[in-house]
Amino acid sequence: MHPAPSVIFFTVFSGLGFGFLAWLGIGIPGPQGWDAFPYFFVAYLLAVGGLISSTFHLGNPKNALKAFTQWRTSWLSREAWMAVGTLSVMGIFAAANIFFKIQMPPLGWIGAIMALVTVYTTSMMYAQLKTVPRWNHWSTSALFILLALGGGAILAGDVFGTLVFLTLAFVVQMYVWIAGDQRFAARGHTLETATGLGTIGKVRLYEPPHTGTNYLLNEMVYVVARKHVLKLRLIALLMGYLLPLLLAGLSGRLFELQITALVSHIIGILTQRWLFFAEAEHVVGLYYDKR
Amino acid sequence: MTHHQPAIETSPKVSDEIRKTTCYMCACRCGINVHMKDGKVAYIEGNRDHPVNKGVLCAKGSSGIMQVNAPSRLKNPMLRVGPRGSGEFKDISWEEALTIATDWMKPLRETAPEKLAFFTGRDQSQSFTGMWAQAYGTPNYAAHGGFCSVNMAAGGIYTMGGAFWEFGQPDWDRAKLFMIFGVAEDHDSNPIKMGIGRLKANGGKIYGVNPIRSGYNAVADEWVGITPGTDGLFILALVHELLKAGKVDLNYLAQFTNSPVLVNDDPKSDDYGLFLRNKSGKMQVIDRKTGKLAAFDKKGVKPDLAATHKVGKTPYRTVFQLMAEKYLSDDYSPDAVAERCGISAGRIRAIAADIARVAFDEAFELDIPWTDFRGDKHKTMQGRPVAFHSMRGISAHSNGFQTARALHMLQIILGSVEAPGGFRFKPPYPKPVEGHPKPHFGVTPGKPLNGPHLGYPQGPEDLGLKEDGTAVRIDKAFTWENPLSAHGLMHMVISNAHAGDPYKIDTLFMFMANMSWNSSMNASGVMDMLTDKDEDGEYVIPRIIYSDAYSSEMVAYADLILPDTTYLERHDCISLLDRPICEADAMADSIRWPVIEPDRDVRGFQSVLIDLGVRLGLPGFVDENGDAVYKDYADYIVNHQRRPGVGPLAGFRGKDGKDVGRGEPNPNQLQAYIDNGGFFESHIPQDASYFKPWNAAYQKWAVEVGLFDHEQPYLFSIYSEPLRKFQRAAEGIGEHQPPEHLREQLKVSMDPLPIWYAPNVEENEAGGEYTVTALTQRPMAMYHSWGTQNAWLRQLHGLNPLYVPTKIWEAQGFKDGDWAKVSSPHGSITVPVSHQAGLNDNTVWTWNAIGKRKGAWALDEGAPEATKGFLLNHIIHELLPGKGDGLRWNNSDPVTGQAAWFDLKVKIEKVAPPDEVQPNFPPIKSPVGKGPKNLAWKVGK
Amino acid sequence: MTQLPQSTDKKLGLVIDLDTCVGCHACVISCKGWNTENYGAPLSDVDAYGADPHGTFLNRVHSFEVQPNAGGCSQTIHFPKSCLHCEDAPCVTVCPTGASYKRVEDGIVLVNEDDCIGCGLCAWACPYGARELDQLAGVMKKCTLCIDRIYNENLPEVDRIPSCVRTCPAGARHFGDFADPESNVSKLVAERGGIDLMPEQGTKPVNKYLPPRPKDTLEDVDASAPAMKPVADTPKGFLGWLDKALEAL
Repeated sequence: MHPAPSVIFFTVFSGLGFGFLAWLGIGIPGPQGWDAFPYFFVAYLLAVGGLISSTFHLGNPKNALKAFTQWRTSWLSREAWMAVGTLSVMGIFAAANIFFKIQMPPLGWIGAIMALVTVYTTSMMYAQLKTVPRWNHWSTSALFILLALGGGAILAGDVFGTLVFLTLAFVVQMYVWIAGDQRFAARGHTLETATGLGTIGKVRLYEPPHTGTNYLLNEMVYVVARKHVLKLRLIALLMGYLLPLLLAGLSGRLFELQITALVSHIIGILTQRWLFFAEAEHVVGLYYDKR
Repeated sequence: MTHHQPAIETSPKVSDEIRKTTCYMCACRCGINVHMKDGKVAYIEGNRDHPVNKGVLCAKGSSGIMQVNAPSRLKNPMLRVGPRGSGEFKDISWEEALTIATDWMKPLRETAPEKLAFFTGRDQSQSFTGMWAQAYGTPNYAAHGGFCSVNMAAGGIYTMGGAFWEFGQPDWDRAKLFMIFGVAEDHDSNPIKMGIGRLKANGGKIYGVNPIRSGYNAVADEWVGITPGTDGLFILALVHELLKAGKVDLNYLAQFTNSPVLVNDDPKSDDYGLFLRNKSGKMQVIDRKTGKLAAFDKKGVKPDLAATHKVGKTPYRTVFQLMAEKYLSDDYSPDAVAERCGISAGRIRAIAADIARVAFDEAFELDIPWTDFRGDKHKTMQGRPVAFHSMRGISAHSNGFQTARALHMLQIILGSVEAPGGFRFKPPYPKPVEGHPKPHFGVTPGKPLNGPHLGYPQGPEDLGLKEDGTAVRIDKAFTWENPLSAHGLMHMVISNAHAGDPYKIDTLFMFMANMSWNSSMNASGVMDMLTDKDEDGEYVIPRIIYSDAYSSEMVAYADLILPDTTYLERHDCISLLDRPICEADAMADSIRWPVIEPDRDVRGFQSVLIDLGVRLGLPGFVDENGDAVYKDYADYIVNHQRRPGVGPLAGFRGKDGKDVGRGEPNPNQLQAYIDNGGFFESHIPQDASYFKPWNAAYQKWAVEVGLFDHEQPYLFSIYSEPLRKFQRAAEGIGEHQPPEHLREQLKVSMDPLPIWYAPNVEENEAGGEYTVTALTQRPMAMYHSWGTQNAWLRQLHGLNPLYVPTKIWEAQGFKDGDWAKVSSPHGSITVPVSHQAGLNDNTVWTWNAIGKRKGAWALDEGAPEATKGFLLNHIIHELLPGKGDGLRWNNSDPVTGQAAWFDLKVKIEKVAPPDEVQPNFPPIKSPVGKGPKNLAWKVGK
Repeated sequence: MTQLPQSTDKKLGLVIDLDTCVGCHACVISCKGWNTENYGAPLSDVDAYGADPHGTFLNRVHSFEVQPNAGGCSQTIHFPKSCLHCEDAPCVTVCPTGASYKRVEDGIVLVNEDDCIGCGLCAWACPYGARELDQLAGVMKKCTLCIDRIYNENLPEVDRIPSCVRTCPAGARHFGDFADPESNVSKLVAERGGIDLMPEQGTKPVNKYLPPRPKDTLEDVDASAPAMKPVADTPKGFLGWLDKALEAL
């Protein structure tokens, strides 16, 4: 799949933002009054900024409001509802805190759960796609949620949360890569099943339908070199997971190295997300003999 | 919950009006419905009533809207201001343009008309352009047949009075086995595709004989991946097998072919190899009933295939015995030819047996009584459900004429030509060699030529030679180098004019022929010839007038440009005098008419020729007062009479528009065509529908409708006496003698019985390093260079890799994305490669005419057509490599002069990918600018 | 509405005959012509005369080569591909706006361009590459099965078929109702063993493909066991046969 900046920024930053909101919802780190403003401001900036970024991927954004209509079937629609719902609930929670210093922990907990569900709906837009076997698995959602919590924990300055969730995310990430590399083949999608010609023999593309490119190739067929992948995976692992974990571990309870950890994490996860798209092979590539 | 869905308009208005005309996106000439909205072309589909396409339409036809709006369309007449090849022009008015053209051509006509060479490319109005050239008086006229398929046309005409392509078609509904040899995928494209579909639906079987398994060969049940240039050998091996097993239609051979005709068998006789004829010149056979000599066409005669005879001491035997002697020889056994053809002997035997099985075991009879030309009655029509078709894969080799003849012989011995289930002629064919004109060469300054330029010589006396033995024609057609060059040699015009061999010319006048690019062998060389100057600083070819509708590569090399219209903006007639659109069951012709008016200052070329004809005062174009006979081409189409009552269009003739074929001009004829869907069709009577060359009912009908003026039944010429006459001359007999250096070539190539010989280049390169044949074919979705300017079609084929078979792919260690240097003795090109498994081991190929010169066709200079698309033409020379005798030997068939495109032999080496294909040429300045960036073409609201 | 209907009254779709398709692209361009002028936004072309031309097409013809398992030479198969109007169309359910829907009366999968936001998820969800986002209009385009032809009362009845079917020169495309076992398409599928593309995706395509008939089945004939018996061994013997055969005529 084409690693479009709009969807990379969308998933990375909205994930971070909603993850941060989840921590804020359960009262971690628990700022009060106007002191809470910068926390919520950053969380909303990330969450809303990410959502806005996603609209750059739309061909026809003027109809965007219609995306709320199909929550019964569409994960994108559900994501829209959940995002708005979460931002509203957490908005009330935040406003009560900032402007009136009123703490409403139950509302915060509800908001926190909604924030994670929002991240889940985001992940399901990808995980639901049978056409992209690498994504079409529970581990996609697990990783999205764990990264939201891990990244959110860094933002929240919570060393323990960072250590726990980034470590879990790291473990899932390793599984996602190892299992993901096998899944396309495991699902049995081949040029032979794609064409139904396998009963005759081994199929190869002889002439593509058009000599130039097209939307399908630009959007869904992205070929990234193997050695490139390994290098980027290493960067993602070091910057996204290991360095933040190390920095959190080296920090005291106040997470003195929080900013460095955050910057490293964001760079690492942007890289991870680029790979998430770039490495994802869509079955349509079979028809072009390109995966 | 209930299912909601929007209400949509399922009956929108389709168009304001449908205008029915004839397609010109290729040479197929299908009927089209042009849907108009607000006076603009909105959508084009096939015309269901049309005899050619019956509603279907190919990719080219459906994309016509993108040709009519193409940014490459020329806008106005232009005069060159920069050097030739630069593309620098100034716009001029039509009056200026026509005045210049007249000033150039008029003095030539008065002094030396041969100094005007007028050659038209993919012209569909040859009977008209030929008439113009004849009236002008130059001997130098032809269209593009010489580099297209003259071998196929001449091979067919000399053998059976008709050929493949638009001259005939398989009996699609009754054939059970169909064998197709080397057909470019765009040839007769919709009828062949429709026929294949029908044949398959009927459970028929298809053999594809082609080194490349694409297109028609992809759907063939059996693919015969033959080595290029060896088709004749394969065919003769089939003939060998069939003869050996006695699987030939003796009855058909005896009655309808010259196989029972007696041939002089005395090698010492001056008439050795000529037919025994009676006093009135009729061929003689032995009547099996009487054992006596009889004329071939005597009522009730039973010609004896096995006869021998003596006149005095001179022995005679039948053609059939000569055939048996020749083809039963082990030289033609499957084992002898297998390796050379790249087909195993076992497979050749199996194919021969399969053909025999279908032709004879699946034979059937149609319950239609008919009478033959001898007056003998037949109760039924004997079917032979084996059909063949072939095109350039056979004809573009230097042995193509004889290979075409061999294929026709194969059809004929099976009794399948004009038999139900076999191959059928389309009117005005069948038509024997004798029914065609001979070529004419009588040049008189200020006067018309003494007859039509092109025709079919019947002996050395018909050649176009001056007293000193040099050629009358600039292209050396109808000379000893290529005696039967019935379509001329367009590919030699520029080369010969540049070399001054046989003479220099003054003005080259061309229409729709992209000679400085894909329509020439040796395209780079032609560019040099067109720009070469003599010691006085003048161009060696002093003046070039060119007419085209589009900004092709050739435009830049002309001095004066006469911009033509697109096909939806013009009148045309697809005439029976020319290349008609008939079906085997019907006579048909059609028109084009301006369904839209040009939005530019352009004029239909034929109307421009009429204007020039008037300005030059050409007979036939001006009356005795010097006034114009025809206002424009539409006026000519309606009012011209080639023979009394016979004009360009056969339909709706006579004052009331009811006459068919013959009749006075009808002033409302064009409207009648328009009202009828743009075409006219008249069905052949059922008892005349098969065995046409010999069918008395057909012959009578053909005269009635004006196809010819008297009945002309004839025998198929398995043995060609005209060929023997040339061969005999080469053997030293007769008053017309060839030059010494051509004797051996003529002795071999003019064999009166079909033969196979190795193509020119193969002989020259035997044992050399150039061992791989390089071919081109056109994709089904593109026509010559035209598709590239079409925003839809160029996305299908925007570049052309060189397809390489597995053997070479692996030997060179090629990977996807690799490039190769492809060299011939003449030069080299560097091009992208691609792997194809379904390809003969010793063949590479590419799509033709995708590669473009930068700056042409209103494309961006970075267009893939210019950076990755390429032409093989650069490494094909119009001449063979020098033989050290100082002579210029044509890279052409020695019989017809057909350009031997497919003889090209190359070697292939992997190289590092360059930035773009090599050679690459400096950009031409586009005389029409560049096209728009994006298109979202919707005419309606 | 992006919920799929429980069932549809008809199942309109195409049968594509891979035995007959010669790969001429007629269907591709006819489709482009009709659908540029008709349903919704025109099918646009970006960089139409430039270095990187790419436009929207609703139907594309791939060409494949198959090396038979049983040995023998490679086969070439031209393979047109457009929307298969799946019964379980994943492209419909992912749509956030309800622009994508499957019609209850005939099963045609359509995009209501007025509702489309151009998010591309439906194209992502389609295994077959049947949907293309028009780069100029920003809305999703796909095969409509020429819904503006097949019911169009302004067209003669014989022309109320998809443009690609009407134009196909080889007759390799057939249109009909798969819900009716007696329809032309149902019979063809039954006779010729029509197949689904990528059945493991579980989309239940309506369009079916007829596999190519067996090719290159002619067996070599050995010289020692000729299928055709020679009539004679010598030239003289041949003339003797000829004489006898002529006498029998």
